[in-house]
Amino acid sequence: MPVQRPLAVEKTHIDRIIDVDFHLTRLVYAYVACAAGWLVFGSLVGEYVGIHLAFPDLGVHPFLSFGRLRPIHTNVVLWGWSSLGIIGLALYVVPRTCQKGLASTRLAWASLWLLNAALLAGTVLLAAGVNNGGQEYREFIWPVMGTYALGLLLLAGNLYRTVARRSITEIYIANWYIVAAFLWTLALVVTAYLPWYQNGLGETVIQGYYMHQGVGMWFTPMVLGLTYYFLPKFLNKPIYSYSLGVLAFWTQLLFYTLIGAHHFVFSPIPWWLQTVAIIFSVGMFIPVVAGTGNFLLTMRGSRHALVRSYTVPFLLVGILFYFVGSGQGTVEAFRSLNPLWHFTNFTVAHSHMTMYGFVAFLIWGGIYGLLPRLTGQEPPHLLIGIHFWFALVGILIYGISLMIGGTEQGERWIAGAPFIDSVRLMASYWLWRAVSGSLMLAAHLIFAYNTWRMRPQALPAHTAEAAGESA
Amino acid sequence: MSLNFHENHRLLYGAALATFVALTVVIAIVPARWVQEHTEPLSGSRALTEQERRGLAIYVAEGCLYCHTQQVRPLPVDKPFGRPSAPGDYARLRPQDVWRMTPALLGTERTGPDLSNVAARQPSDTWNYIHLYNPRAVVKGSVMQAYPWLFAIRETPGPGEVIVPVPPDYAPRGGKVVATQAAQDLVAYLLSLKQTPLPGGELPEQAAGAPSGAVTPGASVYAAHCASCHGSNGEGVPGVFPPMKGDPVVTAADPARHIHIVLFGLEHAAINGVNYAAEMPAHKDELSDGEIAAVVDHERTSWGNSAPTVTAADVARIRKQGGP
Ligand code: HEC
Ligand code: HEC
Ligand code: HEM
Ligand code: HEM
Repeated sequence: MPVQRPLAVEKTHIDRIIDVDFHLTRLVYAYVACAAGWLVFGSLVGEYVGIHLAFPDLGVHPFLSFGRLRPIHTNVVLWGWSSLGIIGLALYVVPRTCQKGLASTRLAWASLWLLNAALLAGTVLLAAGVNNGGQEYREFIWPVMGTYALGLLLLAGNLYRTVARRSITEIYIANWYIVAAFLWTLALVVTAYLPWYQNGLGETVIQGYYMHQGVGMWFTPMVLGLTYYFLPKFLNKPIYSYSLGVLAFWTQLLFYTLIGAHHFVFSPIPWWLQTVAIIFSVGMFIPVVAGTGNFLLTMRGSRHALVRSYTVPFLLVGILFYFVGSGQGTVEAFRSLNPLWHFTNFTVAHSHMTMYGFVAFLIWGGIYGLLPRLTGQEPPHLLIGIHFWFALVGILIYGISLMIGGTEQGERWIAGAPFIDSVRLMASYWLWRAVSGSLMLAAHLIFAYNTWRMRPQALPAHTAEAAGESA
Repeated sequence: MSLNFHENHRLLYGAALATFVALTVVIAIVPARWVQEHTEPLSGSRALTEQERRGLAIYVAEGCLYCHTQQVRPLPVDKPFGRPSAPGDYARLRPQDVWRMTPALLGTERTGPDLSNVAARQPSDTWNYIHLYNPRAVVKGSVMQAYPWLFAIRETPGPGEVIVPVPPDYAPRGGKVVATQAAQDLVAYLLSLKQTPLPGGELPEQAAGAPSGAVTPGASVYAAHCASCHGSNGEGVPGVFPPMKGDPVVTAADPARHIHIVLFGLEHAAINGVNYAAEMPAHKDELSDGEIAAVVDHERTSWGNSAPTVTAADVARIRKQGGP
């Protein structure tokens, strides 16, 4: 007799939280939905740009050209997908952990409009060839970035006031990271856009600082902060060590801020600046180990949850990539290894293993864990599983192929082969990236569909009933 | 009021922000300001002309800098790209206008070669035009994107228009390709990318940069100075750059004309009945007698050619006789 077996391990269903404010649910959902939209668009562009490198005569039009679409890809996935995703989740986590409503739902909506308007305008301008000067991740000209920053400023104020009015004494560790990340990022954007110290090589010094604080003082602390809430929440147990979280917070602030110049090792910017950056790149080991260790120790003994939950695997992958990606960054900063990997596709592998393997996976974990709790709508578990595996296999192929390709590229240069050799050599690795990109893109389409499946329905009748489970 | 980070949000966030701002001043703003104040343009360098500045704006707008760096590191691997970059190389860079900031020319990725000193390697405007129109027309296997929108197609080009001799396989069906003002500006900018010698320092490293490995000196000079036009296998580009494989001058028993052309260049000469559209640049100032002898020998003994070889003394003799 054939045994009836389900296609995949059956996952636990998530119950709805009952006492949640429906207005907050709609707000969080709007942020997440916009993030999903930007993700699909941004990775479509990424996939196209990657294929364009392998087949350069594919699309021959200014709007279809590599040089204009590359900054659209990076800005859309960074400022559109990743940022809106983390903000959406933070808008739930901060009020929840303060046990107080969000200071102003209305202002948070205004922020969403500002951020989206800036992204739209920025994308159109980049397509038209209007960029700030090709400085990666600050390609939006100042009126556009100013609009974006205004959105962030309103959010920062909003969340800060929420924390200030909290009904508990302690500030939960998640809020240390989240609110501080907003403040740091605002300071960062102002520093990056003031012109008075950016002539000549001054621009390069600021660019190194900016590039790394963008990923290090915005995305990293935001997703870490969110994970300090989601991981214990989904596992239903406390975080392993509160003090390790505090240690990681301060060391992150002290060390990460100093390492921007490692993007320009061996360049003509002052040598001491590069040396400081390299030393603290090694120092980053402390917050990275403290963070990863804390999360992994929290997970210890939760095998069951890992197998049965469809969100915890996302978190586990994100945490592991945080460790691996950061280690990769540290070795790339060394003066001994930098000449091999700098300027090659190895860096592109690092960017995606961190921004995708680490940041995106943690955001997905948060979204899949949170939205069903808020809206009572679960997407099909099988589709979440497919999303997970496509994205994971995709990023593994992406990272591994470009790490190998980048290493070979660097070796060719060192061997003194004609430059064109290193170009021809990358072709097959770029094909692998096209394959992995297709998997990732498919995962993102499924994610967008799943997001739609998790949309809030009309106000349910029983909301007014007695409060049930709380955070 | 509690002086505890866990309980006092003003203290916590105030300290976090203040630390960040303080570190920012120390690690970013002060050093940036310092390099800005303490670097002078190199003596002997000049500011970009108005046209070259427009070209730079196109370079930025089209995103050339995502594939091309303009920073030569003091490492052996970067030798082919010129001498190590100095802060003074960038001292003249300023914001483009009130909307746009100083361009990030140093770059972070080398999908294509470094361009700090590209005018020394690719001095021909014809080559650059064809390359921009479609890189694969002159470099097989290039992955650089094409920029046909910087060009126009004319049935009958007017006087004074810059006609680009695109090889037949890549040319449009009807009409001639002419360079628009934008293409002319961009190429003017590319031709300005020539490193100024460092004051008191060594001369700019020659582009040849003798790579290690099994490559002969002749082959490496050829790769760095000739291959872009005559092809890495000596096959040339139809109608634009003649092949060296089986070429009458290269395979002639008397090497005098071969050496002469490499030293002093050549234009408007029919070769095997073909009038080539581009010009052959002179190499007398860039290459030493030894290097010219090496590259001439390389051409004379590669791709099936087998003609008598030459010595540096032969080159020196013809150099002394002088002029075209
Ligand atoms: C997709 C990446 C890419 C973009 C974008 C790109 N290039 Fe290139 N470029 C290359 C590659 C690869 C090569 C080496 C093969 C060749 O010569 O075509 C190259 C070669 C060159 C060379 C010859 C360098 C030498 O040493 O021989 C010049 C000049 C050049 N590019 C100029 C430009 C300009 C100007 C732009 C912008 C309008 C641009 N490139 C945009 C990839 C790119
Ligand atoms: C900018 C492109 C360019 C570069 C670089 C270049 N050439 Fe030429 N070369 C030409 C062109 C074009 C002609 C044909 C000129 C004509 O017919 O008027 C030519 C002609 C020649 C000829 C003469 C062939 C004949 O039959 O008359 C020789 C020999 C030659 N080149 C050798 C070299 C060598 C050696 C180098 C490198 C040191 C070199 N070329 C670099 C473009 C170039
Ligand atoms: C379908 C999935 C994706 C594909 C195929 C893809 C492809 C690409 C390509 C081709 C580049 C240009 C690399 C180069 O210039 O050599 C790039 C750059 C980049 N992408 Fe993606 N991408 C994808 C998704 C993402 C996502 C989701 C993120 C962020 C969350 C991201 C972040 C980045 C960053 C930061 C860079 C700049 C890399 C650097 O300068 O080192 N990408 N991507
Ligand atoms: C210990 C932690 C880390 C260290 C020491 C580190 C180090 C580095 C270094 C040295 C580079 C420059 C590589 C080169 O051009 O040669 C780099 C690039 C990059 N890193 Fe990291 N990294 C770390 C963590 C992260 C994290 C957590 C993220 C994302 C959240 C990240 C995102 C990026 C991106 C996007 C780039 C590409 C920048 C560009 O050129 O466009 N890194 N990193």
